[in-house]
Amino acid sequence: MTSLPNPTPGAKKLGLVIDLDTCVGCHACATNCKEWNTSGHMAPLPDQHPYSAAQEGVWFNRVHAYEAGDGDEGRTVHFPRSCLHCETPACVTVCPTGASYKRAEDGIVLVNTDMCIGCQLCAWACPYGARELDEDQGVMKKCTLCVDRIYNETIPEERRVPACVSTCPANARHFGDLGDPNSDVSKLVAERGGYELMPEMGYQPVNRYLPPRKASSQVKSAPKEAGPLPSQINNPLLRWMDKVLSR
Amino acid sequence: MKPAPSIVFFTVASGAGYGLLFWLGVLKPLGLLPANTLFGATAAIIALALIAAGLCSSLLHLGRPERAWRALSQWRSSWLSREGVAAVLTFLPAIIFLIALAHGETSLMLPAGLLSAVGAAVTVYCTGMIYASLKPVKEWHHPMVAPGYLLFASFSGAALLAMLSGFWGGGFFPALVAAALGMAALFFKRAYWASMDATPAASTRESATGLGFIGTVRPLESPHTESNYLLREMAFRVARVHAAKLRSIALLLGFALPALFFCLAIILGGGLAIALGVLAAASALAGLLVERWLIFAEATHTVALYYPTPR
Ligand code: SF4
Ligand code: SF4
Ligand code: SF4
Repeated sequence: MTSLPNPTPGAKKLGLVIDLDTCVGCHACATNCKEWNTSGHMAPLPDQHPYSAAQEGVWFNRVHAYEAGDGDEGRTVHFPRSCLHCETPACVTVCPTGASYKRAEDGIVLVNTDMCIGCQLCAWACPYGARELDEDQGVMKKCTLCVDRIYNETIPEERRVPACVSTCPANARHFGDLGDPNSDVSKLVAERGGYELMPEMGYQPVNRYLPPRKASSQVKSAPKEAGPLPSQINNPLLRWMDKVLSR
Repeated sequence: MKPAPSIVFFTVASGAGYGLLFWLGVLKPLGLLPANTLFGATAAIIALALIAAGLCSSLLHLGRPERAWRALSQWRSSWLSREGVAAVLTFLPAIIFLIALAHGETSLMLPAGLLSAVGAAVTVYCTGMIYASLKPVKEWHHPMVAPGYLLFASFSGAALLAMLSGFWGGGFFPALVAAALGMAALFFKRAYWASMDATPAASTRESATGLGFIGTVRPLESPHTESNYLLREMAFRVARVHAAKLRSIALLLGFALPALFFCLAIILGGGLAIALGVLAAASALAGLLVERWLIFAEATHTVALYYPTPR
């Protein structure tokens, strides 16, 4: 059913919290996402012309980089973009077949690829570009929030987190229940002022982004130029002058 | 947004077909069209053929056309599903209407014709709402988009009906309708473009990334060096100069010339009126193809905010 489940207070809202302060833009999350998911719930994630020019493929997670602000306040920010598992996602309600759905039990937004007709209306309806067409199968694919890992009892408990979260070397990705105000992720969001993307679209994303921290004051002053070491000065007169003047 | 030929053709062809069905359904029972049974049957067959051709073309856009029947299931939430249901339901009265027309069954003509007209209007309205309900595309999420689909479909349908009526020597009333709708469509489209050009997008790079609190946001590196589905499908941009020219072509071919030709046809009458009717209908359809192409080519999707602006 592409009608959305009725919101119930205190319901589980599983999602990601992405720390833009610590993300180093290494693309490990995107790579491990592709690796896991190409044999996961919505497998495969095909590539077109993989061994020639103009190769491209389906990815559930893509890492952008932006410059924000100017001068001393300016920052380079790495920015991973994936499905935000919105609370009121039109990608689900526009679907004519019922292939797209939002799970009542945890809020994960999924596609049943056996029912999808590949009309691509859901990709148009997603403001965030989180849905990509599998051009081999003619069906839509998207981030599954690694539904096949987080509940997977065949893997050790500590690994039951999304592939992108488990692989991040900078610990910039966090996974948890954003519907529970006492969860670790909710506390992190409250503490760091986590925000949603494009709130004006009204899709109520569940995922949150943690803003880059303010640059510290030391970073602002220009670094001092290091002088040559006495041993690097060959002329004895200049070496003596350097010694005297450095006192 | 990428102007997929299958969708451009679908919306123009089925729009004209439903428009023709609408006017035939309304005007024929009122006796405002040629009484000839061959005329009625021909017009109805052309309408249904255009609708069917459009629907078939829309199937080409699907990744899995063989599953298309599934699209009829989610009418509670999806305008695309509603369009499908309305299209299928409209075929029932339309086929009865065709039979009534072919046999000159006047008693059946009125209910079947009116039901077909209602079905046609509902279907085209659903088509318009598919686009109008998409918030990420500001050019579509506009109050004039769904009424526009209705107006352009009814205009092109009236143009076809006026042409066909001309062949059977009764083109006066439909030509009047077509000329009036052509003028209305001209002003409507201009007003839509003026409003669209004056409305800033609700979303910006700053809101898309949430980094506006630092300052202006500029893309530095893309996630990928090659293109991808998102860029091809949703970051299509037509150059402004071309868009301006194409807008003029759409207005001229689509609305101004057909309106003029129908006015001349009403004044001149006779064999010349028949030729003018054919020209007017052909011009209207050609102009509408340009107009529909522009509806896609000029539409911008918020996902493009994440990527560098294409040059
Ligand atoms: S991010 Fe896009 S695909 Fe994911 S739930 Fe929201 S609207 Fe749907
Ligand atoms: S592409 Fe598939 S999942 Fe998306 S709206 Fe169409 S049928 Fe639904
Ligand atoms: S949650 Fe899983 S599917 Fe989603 S971006 Fe992370 S790794 Fe990919």
